[in-house]
Amino acid sequence: MAYLELDRVAKEFGAQTVVEDFSLSVGKGEFISFLGPSGCGKTTTLQMIAGFLDPTRGAIRLEGKDLTAVHPAKRGLGIVFQSYALFPHMTAAENVAFGLEMRSVPRAERSERVRAALAMVGLAGFEDRHPRRMSGGQQQRVALARALVIKPSVLLLDEPLSNLDAKLREEMQIELRQIQRTIGTTTILVTHDQNEAMSLSDRIVVMSQGKIEQIGTPQETYEKPASAFVSQFLGKTNDFAGTIDRTVAPTQLVAGSWRAPAPAGLGGPVTVSIRPERIGFGDKGLSAKIITRIFQGNHWLFQCDSECGPAIVIRQNDGKAQPAEGDAVRLTWRPEDMSVRARAGA
Amino acid sequence: MSAAAEEGNARTPWALTAPALMLFVGVLLIPLAMTVMLSFHDWGQYKGIEPVFILKNWHEIATDPYYAEMFWRTFRVAILTTLLTALLGAPEAYILNRMSGRWKSFFLLVILGPLLISVVARTLGWALLFGGNNGLVNKLLMTLGVMRSPIPFMFTETGMIVALAHVMMPFMVLSVWAALQRLDPQIENAAMSLGAGPMTITRRIIMPQIMPGVLSGAIIVFSLSASAFATPAIIGGRRLKVAATLAYDEFLNTLNWPLGAAVATLLLAALVLIVVGSNALIERRYAEVFR
Repeated sequence: MAYLELDRVAKEFGAQTVVEDFSLSVGKGEFISFLGPSGCGKTTTLQMIAGFLDPTRGAIRLEGKDLTAVHPAKRGLGIVFQSYALFPHMTAAENVAFGLEMRSVPRAERSERVRAALAMVGLAGFEDRHPRRMSGGQQQRVALARALVIKPSVLLLDEPLSNLDAKLREEMQIELRQIQRTIGTTTILVTHDQNEAMSLSDRIVVMSQGKIEQIGTPQETYEKPASAFVSQFLGKTNDFAGTIDRTVAPTQLVAGSWRAPAPAGLGGPVTVSIRPERIGFGDKGLSAKIITRIFQGNHWLFQCDSECGPAIVIRQNDGKAQPAEGDAVRLTWRPEDMSVRARAGA
Repeated sequence: MSAAAEEGNARTPWALTAPALMLFVGVLLIPLAMTVMLSFHDWGQYKGIEPVFILKNWHEIATDPYYAEMFWRTFRVAILTTLLTALLGAPEAYILNRMSGRWKSFFLLVILGPLLISVVARTLGWALLFGGNNGLVNKLLMTLGVMRSPIPFMFTETGMIVALAHVMMPFMVLSVWAALQRLDPQIENAAMSLGAGPMTITRRIIMPQIMPGVLSGAIIVFSLSASAFATPAIIGGRRLKVAATLAYDEFLNTLNWPLGAAVATLLLAALVLIVVGSNALIERRYAEVFR
């Protein structure tokens, strides 16, 4: 049973279509990420759920009830904005209490809930601070507490971590996930950071140019990308031009000097897509020359020049000797690790 | 670094600011000091100005209720003008800020436009519209039979306040506008998502944040209105004198320079006190919003 449902939602600004045919069912307690480059329509979709924008077409339902008919102030959603949008003239506690005041929660219960919410985000003792006297990370926590204290039916996060530095961002990711697991609020996160989307979400909605490219678990979208866009947007990938040779039996997939039994259902020119960490060095396979070798602590990064163009290879630093720059190598991988798509325009 | 070079470095800022400093001292500080000194001199119909040190002028201002009336009128007009500009200017700036690009720049120009026209011309405009039986509006209303006598505008405090508010409006709008620029564009959405209606958002979220802008605008408008000369002179004339027109008359009609200087000095001192005092209050009260 879908908790929050978006049914063929579209948004047009004049002649420009920003979101097209967006359909998604979110289960109760699920953590969903809208992932895509800027301008892909992810924030627009979030704003339609929040009610700051009205969809041109389509329906948004929460527990079966039409949400678009409800005024944004009455939707009861918790929102964390990219800029946090804290009220600078109020203390942290007053910021958090604002939503409860609007709901006429009695004073005693209000201060109890505010204290609990601030303690939950690790800001006990910061009640009387003003936002401008707090660090970015602390402001972010206040914004989260302010959104959660009203016990929202859905928590909407609009690029909440993008203004934090890398280390703090990682900490907040872990914390955000823990908080979300503990209280079980259905959450939608908008982000352009694939690592953030993968480490936080139950499912990822990958978007490009207003359209959904793929909906799936982080693993699915990474391992089985539905399109070239998805495979390139989620992590590094190698795309090799290959062909399926049906003149021999059994039919073969050929990319340079690498060959394997051809997958069913495809013929002619294809694109072979393979993640850099799934490529190994062997005796047979795509012949290549190592251009640069970069040591990155727990792994090595190789940039190679192969028969099928540039290739990236990542090898675990497992203590074994690795080929040096300038070495001629053979690149090999298991057929089940690659995805093969028909090559467009060929 | 050698001591000599360091000393040279320390002198550079003084050398660089010297021309501006000299101009400041020459055309502002020295005349100001001379005016203050002048206020302690004696004056007589036939003997003219006598460079002595007496408190006659100050005594006269302090004891004659005529001067108290002038100063009360000055500050009453300035305060009401400030209130009027704040009441009209703050919403005006807010609406302007919410307009879309093209309209915004057009209306900003409309608001700032009057600054390009002389205060005298702008005030005379009011006189043309409401000046006695020949004022355009008065004539029209009387011809139509709406009014029997002209609207009392010229030589009234109300007229003075309305005309001053018109002249001062751009300063208030600009000041509130600057405060609005500092507002987080999502702040209203944030408040709305927490359940606040439009009235609550304006009162609890927007108002407290633009208050510093309204107050600094108020300080500008207040000090400019209290020391305004052209508008009170044209609308108020000789009947409704304010401090500035009073000083003018003492200087140029009565030729009692020392008394005029005392009036001018008192006006300046009172303004400085009020402005500095309220500024300190505002900065303390809104420390968190100003940061």
